[in-house]
Amino acid sequence: MKRFAPAVLALALSLPGAALAAGDAAHPEQRSWSWDGLFGTYDREQLRRGLEIFTLQCVNCHGLKYIRFRNLTEIGLGADEAQAIAGQYEVAGDPDEWGDPTVKPAELHHPFPDPYRNEAEARALNNGGLPPDLSLMAKARADGSNYIAALLSDPGYNEGDPDESGLYRNPYFPGGWTAMAPPLWDDMLGDGATVEQEAEDIAAFLTWAAEPRMEDRKSLGLKVVLFLLALTGLLYVCKRKIWAKVDH
Amino acid sequence: MEGFLNNGLVRWFDSRLPVFSYVNEHLVVYPAPRNLNYAWNFGSLAGLALMIQIATGIVLAMHYTPHVDTAFDSVEHIMRDVNYGWYFRYMHANGASFFFIVVYLHVFRGLYYGSYKAPREVLWWIGLAILLAMMGTAFMGYVLPWGQMSFWAATVITKLFGAIPWVGESVVNWLWGGEGIDNPTLNRFYALHFLLPFAIVGLVVLHLWALHHKKSNNPLGIDYKGPQDFIPFHPYYTIKDAFGAGVFLIVFSIFLFYAPNYMGHPDNYIPADPLKTPPHIVPEWYFLPFYAILRAVPGKLDGVIVMGLSIGILFLLPWLDTSRVRSATFRPVFRWFYWILVLDIVVLGFCGANPPEGAWIDIGRAATAYYFVHFLILLPLIGWFERPLPLPDSIAKPVLSGGPAPAAAIARDKARGERR
Repeated sequence: MKRFAPAVLALALSLPGAALAAGDAAHPEQRSWSWDGLFGTYDREQLRRGLEIFTLQCVNCHGLKYIRFRNLTEIGLGADEAQAIAGQYEVAGDPDEWGDPTVKPAELHHPFPDPYRNEAEARALNNGGLPPDLSLMAKARADGSNYIAALLSDPGYNEGDPDESGLYRNPYFPGGWTAMAPPLWDDMLGDGATVEQEAEDIAAFLTWAAEPRMEDRKSLGLKVVLFLLALTGLLYVCKRKIWAKVDH
Repeated sequence: MEGFLNNGLVRWFDSRLPVFSYVNEHLVVYPAPRNLNYAWNFGSLAGLALMIQIATGIVLAMHYTPHVDTAFDSVEHIMRDVNYGWYFRYMHANGASFFFIVVYLHVFRGLYYGSYKAPREVLWWIGLAILLAMMGTAFMGYVLPWGQMSFWAATVITKLFGAIPWVGESVVNWLWGGEGIDNPTLNRFYALHFLLPFAIVGLVVLHLWALHHKKSNNPLGIDYKGPQDFIPFHPYYTIKDAFGAGVFLIVFSIFLFYAPNYMGHPDNYIPADPLKTPPHIVPEWYFLPFYAILRAVPGKLDGVIVMGLSIGILFLLPWLDTSRVRSATFRPVFRWFYWILVLDIVVLGFCGANPPEGAWIDIGRAATAYYFVHFLILLPLIGWFERPLPLPDSIAKPVLSGGPAPAAAIARDKARGERR
């Protein structure tokens, strides 16, 4: 029996890793992130830099539909600042007195609007490619945070020219060719950051966008696991005490 | 409990509906073998996992929308906007994996200690029925978030029924509720995913009924000789199960809070797209060995039949295993083949996880063949030719004469002729 449990547990735990070990694209370099580890949290300043890059560049082609403008207060923006960002986007308003559609500035409860009216428009304007919504990108790709940073910062991609069909070579993109032109350049925010740093900032922002409750999760997890350790320790002592009365 | 049962009010109620004496009979004074080891904890842990799934599932059902246009959005709504929604959803998703982990360990414990043998064949059958019901429930639950893997797993699995001769296509359309996987499919999967767990509860009641009728097997695998072989369930196994539940919840919590997506697939965070097939469609880890068996057999219908038989033959296990000795502790040859079978199933899991290319095809076929050779050929032969070690006289005897050392070890020493 002593050998029974570890061997079968190893069976149970070894399978999911195998399930994920698929894919033909290059494996991204492993970076260290502020949210790594049991106590890691998001770096708010990094998230705000990522937001700036996002609203300057990514938002022109990509949606972020699961982030509402009010969520931006969670990364340190004031309500007025979040409102100011929201005001730069238009959303559908109530029909006017003639029943015609209207638009109005977005408010805090609105999500980032999709940049295109529909998929046909998106493909027409992007050389046939469909820019995906980025809300979940950090979770929808294996090793997502490292993947985004590696994809955007690859030197060959950033310096390369498109082929005849307008596609760019990127070793991290599935299939190796992407319709997205290199979106970052050095010092795009005027703060002297390199493409490498900007790629990490946007990866951090998108990681937050995909998993905004991660800090709550880890902090609750710490309390739960510490409580369970104490409880289980007590249960073990009780078990020993009770079983001391019988031969077994 | 005795004092409680003698209370006048309790006696009045109990004489009209004997719930209190029922609890007393089955959870307090219930006679359990005194030598159960920690491998016997997985049954109660499976019950705990089932309760976690039902409790978290009902909360999720209050916020989820079973519609192809909004199912994915509603899951993200749960993850972001519902208070502690992430907690319930991650608990439910990881809870499914942990339910399978403890149930598989429970099954492997039964295989090692011969718990399927007479007089517990019906108990074993009900357990297999629970496993099948769990598989159906887990499969349909995985479809509900309506991600890419949800959609394409549903496609692969439902199309298997198309292999049925003559009526296959009609059956598939009937399952889908139309010409393709669409809203009617999602709606019925949601309805069945809500219903089936309660069917599992019913099966669990039958499982416990059969268990308490014939009583537990034990690590020595020998029959009871008298009351000295038993101890009351409470407090001995209530505290032992509680301690096991604590260990289980710690491991579960580490995944739930610190690696909640480890056992999931990233593609399921991409909304379902019927026009775009993912490069590798893989099921959840707990289906991988069966998926490997399905793909190992050329020909769709044959693959489906062989996959069905991989569980089907387990119903015949009480007769395929011809040895009368239950516990592998006293079966030196069987013990080796038991661990080779475990290894074989692990290998099948890896075959299921990898694309069916190159060496994986041959490895998958060899492992599938060995799986059936083990149950259909080796197991009957071992039972005939193996010379089991001598069995102890009773559960209590090696225990009471052996002092504080574990019963199984003493029994093994005794069996090897090292009598004092």
